[in-house]
Amino acid sequence: MKRRPENTDAVQKALIDSPEANPFPHRHILGIEGLDPAHIEFLLDLADSYAEQNRSPDKGSDLCRGLTQINLFFESSTRTLMSFEIAGKRLGFDTVSLATQASSIKKGETLLDTALTLNAMRPDVIVVRHSDAGAVALLAAKMDCAVINAGDGRHEHPTQALLDALTIRRRKGRLDGLTVAICGDIAHSRVARSNIRLLGAMGARLRVVAPPTLLPAQVHRLGVEVYTDMVLGLKDVDVVMMLRVQRERMEGALLPSQKEYFRLYGLTEEKLSHARPDVLILHPGPMNRGVEIASGLADDMDRSAIQEQVEMGVAVRMACLDVLTRQLRDGS
Amino acid sequence: MSAAAYTAYTNARIIDPASDMDATGTLVVKGGRIMAVGADGEIPQGAKVIDCTGLVLAPGLVDMRAFAADAAAAARGGITTVTLMPDREPPVDNQAMVEYVARKAAESGQIRARVMGALTRGLAGTEMAELGLMRGAGAVGFTDARKSVADTGVMRRLMEYATALDGLVVQFPEDAALAADGVMNEGETATRLGLAGISVAAETIIIERDLRLLEITGGRYHVALVTCAGSLDVIRRAKDKGLSVSCAVAPHHFALNETAVADYRSFARVAPPLRAEDDRAAIVEGIRDGTIDAICSDHDPRDAEAKRLPFAQAAPGAVGFECMLPLALELAHNHDIPLKVLLRAMTSRPAEILGIDAGTLAVDAPADFILIDPDRPWRIDADELASETRNTPFDGRPVQGRVMRTVLGGKTVFEFAEKTEK
Repeated sequence: MKRRPENTDAVQKALIDSPEANPFPHRHILGIEGLDPAHIEFLLDLADSYAEQNRSPDKGSDLCRGLTQINLFFESSTRTLMSFEIAGKRLGFDTVSLATQASSIKKGETLLDTALTLNAMRPDVIVVRHSDAGAVALLAAKMDCAVINAGDGRHEHPTQALLDALTIRRRKGRLDGLTVAICGDIAHSRVARSNIRLLGAMGARLRVVAPPTLLPAQVHRLGVEVYTDMVLGLKDVDVVMMLRVQRERMEGALLPSQKEYFRLYGLTEEKLSHARPDVLILHPGPMNRGVEIASGLADDMDRSAIQEQVEMGVAVRMACLDVLTRQLRDGS
Repeated sequence: MSAAAYTAYTNARIIDPASDMDATGTLVVKGGRIMAVGADGEIPQGAKVIDCTGLVLAPGLVDMRAFAADAAAAARGGITTVTLMPDREPPVDNQAMVEYVARKAAESGQIRARVMGALTRGLAGTEMAELGLMRGAGAVGFTDARKSVADTGVMRRLMEYATALDGLVVQFPEDAALAADGVMNEGETATRLGLAGISVAAETIIIERDLRLLEITGGRYHVALVTCAGSLDVIRRAKDKGLSVSCAVAPHHFALNETAVADYRSFARVAPPLRAEDDRAAIVEGIRDGTIDAICSDHDPRDAEAKRLPFAQAAPGAVGFECMLPLALELAHNHDIPLKVLLRAMTSRPAEILGIDAGTLAVDAPADFILIDPDRPWRIDADELASETRNTPFDGRPVQGRVMRTVLGGKTVFEFAEKTEK
């Protein structure tokens, strides 16, 4: 198995010795865990510049021309897949997307065989989503190219956490010292886990708000305050991050009903009135209007940053694709 | 018979937990049986003498739980009696299968094989299997092996029925509804890794339920594997009440904790899952104080294809024959548990629970024994294992204590040769 560059003594030494050390000494982006605040800051700054570029008429570039990007999605997705495709195309990648129905996984090929097959096609970066925690890291160990985790089971979704952080930073001017409440299905959410890691590393105060059946065991050990009462959980927060709750979990298995969930944990004007007046609302999408969030709030452009999150998603993914292929481009 | 048929193992530290012996002496073998044992044993004229200076001579190990016979690996691990689980294709839920599996497993001549039959037909948990006919065919116990009998009514009837056969009822303790889709221990590590957890309560609830039933039914009840402090508390109380309950533990549950799963190492996926550190420590104490009766290998070969998968999809299980003794000896070296206590848990006590003539060095007993160098340091190397497959979470682990020779019915079936060690 190959060692990742960040683990080698040489890279460690280079980082310590050289002021011009690689600002992002990682071969893959598999999770927020393992990224230093400085690396996160670097990605956010770069993404911020791409966000500006994306708003200009001249948003395309040929920075990564000739490089191949494969998006390998074993789990259905529209917005994340499209976001990665657009990000790649704006940078000039040859972008190919493979959704699970089109792959031979259905024919019984194992994940590692798929990895080896794709590796033989010599891609330069591969973006992977899989329904099993740890599956993307397993695949990355067999690949010669950079790998970006686009979501693995309940484990991590690093680009989502980065785009959330960028959105918050642009609206609030900082991350440090903000109080952020993450509300909803924490137990099954990779978005929650990556956000807890990222925002925690950047100095935000974190709360999770959920019914006990949607909280993972010992979640307080991740450095969050735990609330099962939403009004208390939203008191004086700067940011509310709502998570999607899957309908099948609301039909008696983990929650009594959709109606009861909205009543107790849905985001409404009344509950939101306990937060700070300049509170910002985030949602990773797709939303269940009237289930976890009142429709009017989702469309409130002053308080809701939901559309901006989608916009930042492209910028963040451009930044990730850019940094992971820099050495490749410099070398050529 | 000529005098040369005698073999004398001299100058050994003989540890026989069954007779409470721990003394330097000689063991004499003839015709596959033990002729004499003790400190002042005389060496018969013309006997072949094997000098065992510096070695421990103990009964061959009796393993209560294995999913494959894997004779070469068992012999290397010092295991002379292997107890096979009924979980195979087709399931061992009838007399013919009990006979077939036992015969097949013993073919190599390197091990003695015992078989447990299924508690329920097809291991399905609903209808009683033919316990009586299987008992008659030599089944040493009954278990559904990888899952609990979930239905309390069915379990009660099985326990009641087995009393008429003096049948040992063996439960794999895990409440399936509570364990649900869990793949590792519930707690902080599972939460960080984003893996579904299995609470220790899933184990303790089944044991607690069964012990209530045992009070009504009587009979002999054995917990296949215990992994947590809560289960030990429950078992300890039942033993104090005088109930006939016993339990066993596998080495991974006292030699590893849940952090071994970090990085999604599928070789560390076992069932029940590796637990938290305080539970692991409680298991060590349970072995020391005798609450835990037996140490078993839980030998479960899985090929690479079943393990080279995302953690949640990988099959649980680890090979255990060759690692059981050295890992148990860690408890002597690092936790001061007396060698005799550890050996009892791998010899006479499991034999007693299974009701078989094994695990002892008594005169006239079958000459199944092992020579151990208890201090010899080595490193477990998956590539060096003799088992069918290499799925061990202990690859690279430094251990102390090695089986130097395994004798079955007077014949040496394994002898350690330096060249096989790197």
